[in-house]
Parts: sequence; C-alpha cells; structure tokens
Amino acid sequence: MPVFWLVLCVLALAAAGYFVGRSRAIRNAGGDTRNLHSLPVYYGINVAISTLVPAFALLVVWLLTQPSIIERAVSDLIPPETIPQGSSLSLVMADMRRVAIGITLAVDQNVLSETQAKALSAQSDDIRARLRDVGIALGQDVRPEVLEAAQKYRSLASTGILAMSILVLTFAAIGFGWSLRRSHAQFRARNFVERAVLMILMVAASLAILTTVGIVLSMLFESINFFRLHAAKDFFFGQTWAPNFRGESELSILPLLWGTLYISFIALLVAVPVGLFAAIYLSEYAGPKTRAIAKPMLEILAGIPTIVYGLFALLTVGPGLVKLFGQSGALGLSWMSGATSVLTAGAVMGIMLIPFVSSLSDDIINAVPQSLRDGSLGLGATPSETIRQVVVPAALPGIVGAILLAASRAIGETMIVVMGAGAIAKFSLNPFDTMTTITTRIVSQLTGDGDFSSPETLVAFALGLTLFVLTLGLNVLALYIVRNYREQYE
Amino acid sequence: MSDASMPTDRMHPSIHVQDAHTKRRNAAERRFKAYGVIAIAIGLAMLVTLLFTILSKGTGAFQQTFITMQVELLESKLDKAGDRDLEKIKKVTTFGYAPLIKSALENVAQANGIETDLKPKDMAKMLSKSAASQLRAFVIKNPDKIGQTVEFRFLANSRIDGYLKGRVNRQSIANDKNVTPAQLDFSDQLKAAGVLKKTFNIDFIIGADASDQRPEAAGIGVAMMGSLFMMLVVLGLALPIGVAASIYLEEFAPKNWITDIIEVNISNLAAVPSIVFGILGLAVFINYMHLPQSAPLVGGLVLTLMTLPTIIISTRASLKAVPPSIRDAALGVGASKMQAVFHHVLPLAAPGILTGTIIGLAQALGETAPLLLIGMIGFIASNMPETVAEGLLSPNSAMPAQIYEWAKRADPAFYERAWGGIIILLIFLISMNTLAVILRRRFERRW
Repeated sequence: MPVFWLVLCVLALAAAGYFVGRSRAIRNAGGDTRNLHSLPVYYGINVAISTLVPAFALLVVWLLTQPSIIERAVSDLIPPETIPQGSSLSLVMADMRRVAIGITLAVDQNVLSETQAKALSAQSDDIRARLRDVGIALGQDVRPEVLEAAQKYRSLASTGILAMSILVLTFAAIGFGWSLRRSHAQFRARNFVERAVLMILMVAASLAILTTVGIVLSMLFESINFFRLHAAKDFFFGQTWAPNFRGESELSILPLLWGTLYISFIALLVAVPVGLFAAIYLSEYAGPKTRAIAKPMLEILAGIPTIVYGLFALLTVGPGLVKLFGQSGALGLSWMSGATSVLTAGAVMGIMLIPFVSSLSDDIINAVPQSLRDGSLGLGATPSETIRQVVVPAALPGIVGAILLAASRAIGETMIVVMGAGAIAKFSLNPFDTMTTITTRIVSQLTGDGDFSSPETLVAFALGLTLFVLTLGLNVLALYIVRNYREQYE
Repeated sequence: MSDASMPTDRMHPSIHVQDAHTKRRNAAERRFKAYGVIAIAIGLAMLVTLLFTILSKGTGAFQQTFITMQVELLESKLDKAGDRDLEKIKKVTTFGYAPLIKSALENVAQANGIETDLKPKDMAKMLSKSAASQLRAFVIKNPDKIGQTVEFRFLANSRIDGYLKGRVNRQSIANDKNVTPAQLDFSDQLKAAGVLKKTFNIDFIIGADASDQRPEAAGIGVAMMGSLFMMLVVLGLALPIGVAASIYLEEFAPKNWITDIIEVNISNLAAVPSIVFGILGLAVFINYMHLPQSAPLVGGLVLTLMTLPTIIISTRASLKAVPPSIRDAALGVGASKMQAVFHHVLPLAAPGILTGTIIGLAQALGETAPLLLIGMIGFIASNMPETVAEGLLSPNSAMPAQIYEWAKRADPAFYERAWGGIIILLIFLISMNTLAVILRRRFERRW
C-alpha cells in the first residue's frame, strides 16, 4: 500500500522537523531561549506544519482527481462502435477495471512477471482463465481494445502513483527546508504557527459545507443522467411504479410518496399524542423523582438503533397484527394477508418517535415562563385549564416545530419500512395493505450489482434527491416557525 | 356596590359541597392528568415489551446443541494406500467422511441401548451440514490420527437445536421436510443418554456468518470486527475534524454570512436522513474514487460524515459552557488567543467533548441503512481479518447489517440469531452510553 507508506514517510519527516527546527532556533539564539521571539516549541511546530500541510493537501487533491483524469484518458481508447449491443461505456469500463485489477493481482501473486503482464495479448493468451486463477471472474472473454485500455489504465495508474509519491515527498522536503531556513531567533514562529492552525480549523469547519455540496452534487449529476433516460414528467406525475430491469420500466415517485406519507402519518398519529401528553405530564405534574426515572427511561427508546425496531416490526408486531386482524385471526376479520403493512411500519415508527416528540416538547414547555402559569392559576384555573389555555398556546410554535422535525425523521427513516412496510407500490387507503416508500426503493434499487447507466438504478438518485429536498424543506420550515412565531418573554 | 355580604345560596350553597360545574372541572382535571399517566405508561410499556422480546427471543442464540461422540477414523476410507500422503488424504471429499459419521451414530445408539427404526442416513441428517467438513479439516490437520478413534463434538442441525430450545415441536414440523418425528424421538433418547447436550456457544460471538443451509453455525464475530474497524475510522476522523470545526466556529469565527451558512448547514446536516449519506458514499467513494466496495474504510468514511454534525454540536455546547472568565484570565496574563483556547478552554471542555463523541459513536454503531448501499451486507467475509490494512480494505459486514441479513433469510432459525445479535449490539451501546454518563458525572464542572 504505497499511499500508507507515503503518509508514514511524510509523518516521520515532520516529526524529525520538529526536533531539528527547535534545536536550530535555540542554537541560533545562542542556547538562551530568552533571545527567541517565540517559545521554542513553536519553532518545532513551524517546521512540522510546513512539512505536513502542503504535502498532505497535494496528496488529497491528487487522490481525488487522479481517478477521473485516468478514466477520461482511458475511455478514449474504447471507440463507441466497439461497445457491444446492450452494453454501455460504463459497463465496458467496469470490465476493463476488473481486467486491470486482475493483472495487477496476478503480478502480485507471482503468477505473471511484470514483462509477461505487459506482453499479454487478447488473441494468444487465455486471459480470462488466468484471471480466474487469481480470483477475478470475468463475464466474457477479454476483447483486444479492452485489454489495451486495461494496460493503459495500469500504466497510467502506476505512473500516477509514482509521480504523486515523488511530488508529495518533494513538497514535504521543500516545506521542510524552507521553514528550517527561517528558523532563526528573530522569526515570529508563534504568529506563523497560529495563522496556520487557524487555517486548518477553517478548513475543518468548511468540511460541513463540502459534505452538503457533495451530497447535492452527487445526487444531482446522477439525477440529471436519469432524467435524460426517463421523462421527468413521468417521474413526477406518473401513476405507477414498476421497475423492470429489461427496460421499459414505469418509474413514478407518486405511489412511493403516498406510501411514505401514509406511513409517516400513522407514525405521527401514534407518536404525537403519546409524546405530547408524556411531555406535559413530565413537565407540569410529575414530581422530581418520577421525572428523574421516567424521562431517561423514555429516552432509551430514542437510543435504540432502527434495525432493532425493524426486526421488532417484522417478527413481533407484524405477526401479532396478523393474529388479530388476519385470516382466522382473533377478531375474525381477515383484513390483513401478510405481516408487512402500513400499520406495522407506522406503529413501530411511532414508538420510535415518542421520545423524540416528548423530549423536544418537554424542553419547549419548560421554556414557558412560570409567571404565565402563576397568573392563570391565580385567577382560579385548574392546572389542566392552565396547560390547555395558557401553556400549550404559548409553546405552540415550538411544538409544531417538534412535530415537523418528527415528520422529517419519519419520512427519512429506512430500516423500519424496509423490514415492516412491504414492497408493493400502490395507492390505497387501507392501513392493512402492504405499501412501499421512497427509502425502501432506494435500498432495493441500489443494493446488488447495479448498472449505473440504466434508469432503474439511476432512479434511486432522483428519489434520494427528492427525499433530501423534502426533509430539508421540513427542517427549514420547522426552524422558521420556531424562530418567527416564538413568543418573546422578558 | 358590594355583594360580599349577600347570601349566595343560589351559586354556592357551601364550599364543602361541590356544585355541578366544579365537579365537571375537577373531573376534567383528573382526566387530563390520567392522559399524561397513560401516555407515559404506553411509552414505558413499549420499552419493556421491546426489551422483553429481545431477551426472550435472543438468549437462545448463545446456546447451541452439540452431539458428542466417538468417531473411528477408518484407514480404509481415508487413506487406502496407508502411506499418510497428505495430497492423497486431501483428495477424499466430505462425501467420503459421511459413512464414518453414520457408523459413529449407529455405535452411539447401540452403546446406549437405544432402539430406533431410523436409518443411519437419517441419523446423520440430524447433524449440521458442516459435520463432515469439520471431520475432514481435523484429519487433514492431524493425519497421524487416522486409524484411531477420536471424540468429536458436532453441531446438531438447526431443527434438532430448535426442538431442544422449544422453537420446534411435533405440531410445527408437520410440513417440514428437514426433520421427521422419528428424529425428534431419537434426539430425546440421545439427550437422555447424555450424548446430545445444549451448551454455551462461543462460536456465535466470535464466529463468522454461515450459508443459508447452516443457521446453527452462523456467528457475528467477523461482522463485529467490521464494526470495530469502522468505529476506528470514525473516531480517527470525526473527533479531530469535529473538534477543529467547533473550535473555529465557537472561538474564532467572525460573525458574518459565511459563518451563518456554515452553522445552518451543520444543523441541517444533523437532520439529513442517514440513507442520503449512503447515496453520497456510493456515488463519491465507490463510483468516483473507486475505493473497494463493502470495505469498512468506506463504511467508516460515510459514518464519519454522518456523525460529524452530532460531534460538532455537542463539542460547541461544551466549549460554550466554559466561562469567559477563563479566557479573559489567560489573555490577561499574556497568552495569545490560540494559546488561551488550546491550553485552557479545550482541556476544560474535554470531558464534554468525549461524552459527545462516545454518544456519536454509539449512534454510528447502530446505523444500518447507509451500509446497505455501499455493499456491507450479506455473507461476504468468512475469516477474521489478519492485519489492520486487511481489516480496513477487505470486504466485511457490520453488526447491524449482519442482523438485517439474518432477518431477511427464510429459515426461522436465523431469527434467533438476529435477536441474539441485537443483544450483543445493545450490550455495546449500553456500555458506551454508560461510559458517557459516568464520564459526565465524574468530570462535569459547574461554574
């Protein structure tokens, strides 16, 4: 793993730089640290930072850009007319990468020597069989242009890594030398180091922005690819969701959106009353002892991973509901045919959201000033009248915000619906029906070996983008309501 | 004019007797209070039900049924030439070992005086499908034992195991092709003879997942290593980046629109559904950067991005909790702003930062959805990773993804494994959260 060794090399150089820089500055000051501008530590850190930062920055940028540059260079070698019917450039490129990885593996395992690897030809050597020996299975025989591209890919990748190693080490050495030259007694090492540290802190803070940009861009590009293959009108306003990996799929978000919203609605129907009343009781009625026990207990529910809720829905709640409402069930209704249904997923998701609603509402209710309660109680209202007519109206914007946040959680929840809701996309009002959601379909379209040029796979990115926009919108709305409609006391 | 002195019998005959209106109001009050109690009771009842379900269904996974018996390693079957040539011994497939197991089972029945109509073939079916390969592996490792009689402990198959655990009974096997009532009778007899025993199953905790056919052999250990490596990546990246970002935002950032955007951004990122981070990971780390699929490194990177907002929010809260007087005092004696932060504020905020980080890690440990998208599911790794690089880069699963995989399989014997896996996952989460609470209690300072 050359990158690993490279990092280790640079780190070692930096560590050495720390001690060399420090001692050089002290020597320059005639061994008396009082003659230095800054504390000796800073001279050391100065050299270490100057060695590390430019080298690592180059390394990261290089690693991020190299794949796409090589990809572009290699894909020119595969003329469009040689791509077989029913395949696509990205599939051929994936094949090519497997061939390249296979040849590298073969060289690593001493099955082939480097010169033999370079001399491979698609006609004379059975490359497929050789690669099978090293554990790389190919779907078909290697065609000449693919092999040529793979060889080019290999050579470009190894040249790239070599050039990167040399450049990174050069950067590190230049940083080392340059900063060491400056390590004399009058050099303002502390100011320099502090400016550098501040820059590092700023970069770390902007990583959050970078993540968002990454999320949006990655989904946007693939969504644009999707809309090239599939009409946007059909996606947003179509009626059916029927993916078919042989093509001609009908991919419309509406039935999925309906399932998502229906399940979220049922979840909120469970979570909001229970959570809200729990919060009201805990903040207005409960004594400190009850509160100290009940609040953390409820919050345990929030700490349980969603996979646990998913399993609970699939294996306990679902079969339990079938026993009640299913054929030959206790109520003799035969409303439910299978364990997965809107109700199963919705009820379990509701349980998950109870602590979410209750702790958010609890905070908001506690923020209502005591004077309001005292005033109301002093006029002769009972505690419940005070809560209903004074405290809750005062806390209403916050409570609405909390409910919206809970709704956003419900819409984006994945594991519970994957395991509890089912896989059939349809418009139905029956809560005992099985239905599917946006998140479930993202998982099913993207797991397994997807071909990233077919609309059936790419649709997941469009779904993801919609989900992102939907939850983001709800969050922003919640924040807006809380900020703008909050009563200002004091 | 004052009514105070007037008799008010029409409205309130006596303050000791409630009138209808007051009664109604008091009843409403009691009802309202009862709703609150009911709500809390529902929440707690759900918690208890959930924990009870997990414990009652999952503890079975920690026990497994084994059959202990003497197997004669016949030279005539395993090494016909008799020259102990390892290459020749290796040529004997697991089919060649099956007769040894059959005859060993027959011997067991005879030795314990068990009368049964079961054919040896059906007896052997009571063992796990791995029994023959277990035997073969032993012989290849110890070729000198050929010709001797060695005691072996074989896994019973999942149906027999389920019968001992009460999951399988005579009614439930009516349509089951994998087990017959006669086999259950025989296992009762073996149990009475002490050959068949249910004991603690360490392989569940340290072993690897097994194929669809062998639920009895599946374990969560390798997936646990996958989770461990992911958590190392998350800790190594999210903690320094999160702390650096928080220090900048809390201590140095000027109040301007860029800072505002970053802040809004972070609070929004904290609410982005986890599956979206999975899509990001798939698009950027796998499709663009060509990092290996299903690798814990990629999983760790995705979870890092996901936990970063959590860590930033809690770190900022604990930085904010350090009183400004500490900073002022440090600045007053001549420290630079950077020195004040790194020498005084940060150490004082460290317990809070640590607590927030542990809680963030616990959250990441239980996350499943993004891992499904980057391929960390299924029966992929069957061996423990040997080096750190292999642990980070070779395909592996993670605990929650392994649980999901088991829940998807058709054989109900895997459900027990899934619940058992959840017990282990929850033990990890509970200990991490307890650690966080202890740290907070121990080091929290009120200024």
